[in-house]
Amino acid sequence: MKIAKILLTAAALAVVLGGSAYAKTLVYCSEASPANFDPGTTTGGNDYDAGARTVYNRLVEFKHGSTEVEPGLADSWEISPDGLTYTFHLHPGVKFQTTDFFTPTRDLNADDVIFSFMRQQDDKSPWFTYLPNLSYDYYVGMDMPKYTKEWKKIDDLTVQLTLTEPNAPMLANMAMDFASILSKEYADKLQASSTMPDLAAKPVGTGPFTFVDYQLDTTIRYKANPDYFKGKEKIDDLIFQITPDATTRLQKVQAGECDVMAYPNPADVPAIKADSNLQVFSQAGLNVGYMSYNTTQAPFDKPEVRHALNMAIDKDALIKAIFQDAGAIPADNLIPPTMWSWNKDVKSDAYNPDEAKKVLAANGVTTIDLWASDRSRPYNPNFQRAAELIQADWAKVGVTAKITTEEWTKYRADGKKADRPGAFQIGWSGDNGDPDNFFATLFSCSAVGVSNYSSWCNKDFEADIQKAKTTSDMAARTKAYEDAQVIFAKEAPAFLLAHSQVYVVTDKKVSGFLQDPLGMHRFDGVDVSE
Amino acid sequence: MLRFVLNKIALIIPTLIGITICAFGFVRLLPGDPILALAGEHGVTPARYEQLKVQFGFDQPIWRQYFNYVWGILHGDFGTSIETHQPVVKIFLTLFPATVELSLCAIVFAILLGIPAGILAATRRGTIVDQGLMGTALVGYSMPIFWWGLLLIIFFSGYLHWTPVSGRIDVRYFFKPVTGFMLIDSLLSGQKGAFQSVLSHLILPTIVLGTIPLAVIARQTRSAMLEVMGEDYVRTARAKGLRGLRVVGVHALRNALIPVVTTIGLQVGTLLAGAILTETIFAWPGIGKWLVDGIFKRDYVVVQSGLLLIALLVMAVNLLVDVLYAVINPRIRVQ
Repeated sequence: MKIAKILLTAAALAVVLGGSAYAKTLVYCSEASPANFDPGTTTGGNDYDAGARTVYNRLVEFKHGSTEVEPGLADSWEISPDGLTYTFHLHPGVKFQTTDFFTPTRDLNADDVIFSFMRQQDDKSPWFTYLPNLSYDYYVGMDMPKYTKEWKKIDDLTVQLTLTEPNAPMLANMAMDFASILSKEYADKLQASSTMPDLAAKPVGTGPFTFVDYQLDTTIRYKANPDYFKGKEKIDDLIFQITPDATTRLQKVQAGECDVMAYPNPADVPAIKADSNLQVFSQAGLNVGYMSYNTTQAPFDKPEVRHALNMAIDKDALIKAIFQDAGAIPADNLIPPTMWSWNKDVKSDAYNPDEAKKVLAANGVTTIDLWASDRSRPYNPNFQRAAELIQADWAKVGVTAKITTEEWTKYRADGKKADRPGAFQIGWSGDNGDPDNFFATLFSCSAVGVSNYSSWCNKDFEADIQKAKTTSDMAARTKAYEDAQVIFAKEAPAFLLAHSQVYVVTDKKVSGFLQDPLGMHRFDGVDVSE
Repeated sequence: MLRFVLNKIALIIPTLIGITICAFGFVRLLPGDPILALAGEHGVTPARYEQLKVQFGFDQPIWRQYFNYVWGILHGDFGTSIETHQPVVKIFLTLFPATVELSLCAIVFAILLGIPAGILAATRRGTIVDQGLMGTALVGYSMPIFWWGLLLIIFFSGYLHWTPVSGRIDVRYFFKPVTGFMLIDSLLSGQKGAFQSVLSHLILPTIVLGTIPLAVIARQTRSAMLEVMGEDYVRTARAKGLRGLRVVGVHALRNALIPVVTTIGLQVGTLLAGAILTETIFAWPGIGKWLVDGIFKRDYVVVQSGLLLIALLVMAVNLLVDVLYAVINPRIRVQ
């Protein structure tokens, strides 16, 4: 009897203690509200943090903390020798999330993959215009309609993409957020019930977190997906608290109201590092700040003039003034050192105002237009200040710079015009970790008038980047990009400024967080101690 | 009284027409356009730009775009956000209660402190109390909202841990909004501690947003009271032996309130302007912040329709003030 009482008491205690375990919650202070949760229709990092990276998966994924591609929903793939056919083998038994508003009746299959891509391309699909004024900007921007010939279902777990021409970055494109895989079954249900906009408002995916609720401009709630094919996450609940002001975000982390925040004010970084309750992650961003010369206009059509203008700028002082405590790495190449194929032997023009003065005088360069904008960007926090410092440096070598400042959207529109005079400050943040995303997007011949602000079209450079685009052989691609960097350094169509440091701050109780070079904020694999 | 109200409503119509022109025109004066804003740093090819222009209707003549906009409004269609693809009215109605709740709390705070402060300053005219109160009001009026808000957060939330940093309620509490007013919804939820959490989250943003109206109301009350207290009927009331509190509170205050009520009504515009900054600092999900985001993103539909909806709100409040004015002083109705 006594033993029975002891056993009963022990059992009761076990029930009480086991049942009193609290749900583990991680709160992320997000800097902006998502436009919606459909990754195909949005373009902002905060949109992808809230949708693509929590709720969805892709055929392949970027390895957490790197730009290397690894299996995602596809366990394996083959690329045909001619580079035209990609065959993906899907992981069996991947389940779509069960929510208050949808219960799937089948697992992920090839139909979901084909639906997710073709809805962004097939203008006859009702999903092509399921939201007012919809445009699948990223899908189009990555030239997917141009390269996609056909998606074909081989069987439920095998799907094939045939291209119109070889495109080596295509695999990296498949890891991008716009390539997230949605549930066709869910889409069909919404279409049948005439509630198609819910695809963007109430997402259903295969990802690590299941969407629970979104209170506009306030809070997004998720819970760990118990059926996640890579295993249930350590945290039970994930909450995004939308907090636009950086100082307020920091205060929230310090007060314990948030566990993770991104984009601290650069001026706050030293204080954050000194706070023993916080952890700071920093990394060279996959970005580059630069200043494009209009290479079609004299005298900037001469490489020696461009080199001289570069040599006149004290880059180290400029970086220190612009980035201050946040820090940045001086750029020698268009791509940052963290990216594969970065050519360590290429060096940018060294500061040499005396030599610069001689060359500029010999070429009769006395005036220049210099452009700046009002927006702070990760690759250049202060265009106006940078312009003033460059103006002062050029004045020392006898060149008078006239600064033109414009509002951001007009600035970019005017910057790409063929007759835009002078030097134009701009930059870029990479999308997929592939060098093509920098070289071709920013300096290819076809990018003139779009995102090639130098209007620079060099046949040798173009040949190298096209060669790299059309072969899957990594060694060959690496060599081609290294050669392209040598040509770029020789021709100097732009002054390369810096690759900025990107920071994420977490509470000390957060573990497993990895900073992503692509600027993603992912919470799979993250844990928080109570 | 009915004719008075109808006259006031009739004046609103030409004002609304003017506002639609201003709202429609203002956003188009801004450099850049929604297509470039949506494209981001990737840019768009000229062909794609033209395609999107047609899709969004920006290829049409400006007068036709305005006509379509007004025609839509007259049929209750305020348009769809270019960025989020959601109906503007739906977003406005979702966010509007948050701004109203904060603004109401701020104006109540301003009235509850401002009027007594003004009365006290007037009745202690020339003393240290008067100078102190008016000096404080001047400081409050002069402080930038952004700075004031961050200062309060750093001190009360960061240093003393007396108040939460931002938001409307602790994240632990989760319930579907019924009215959109957190004070009411938290009570309806029945969750223990939810109401207290909402109250604690309201403290700092209310103080920040209410500071300038408080200063204005205090100064206006003092000025109005000084004027009224010099009147013959107030002197007569004192001569009759009425107590000071009765003279001030009943005889003087009622007439002094007339310009004060007008001032309070005019503060609605100030509150909405201040709400933009307050909502940003405190991550308060209201219409002020929504409108600013729309301007930055060149979301034409949000800006032109959002401005119109806010203008309607301000005009409704001013109408209410005019009616209150007439209630307090019946002579106004005759005039």
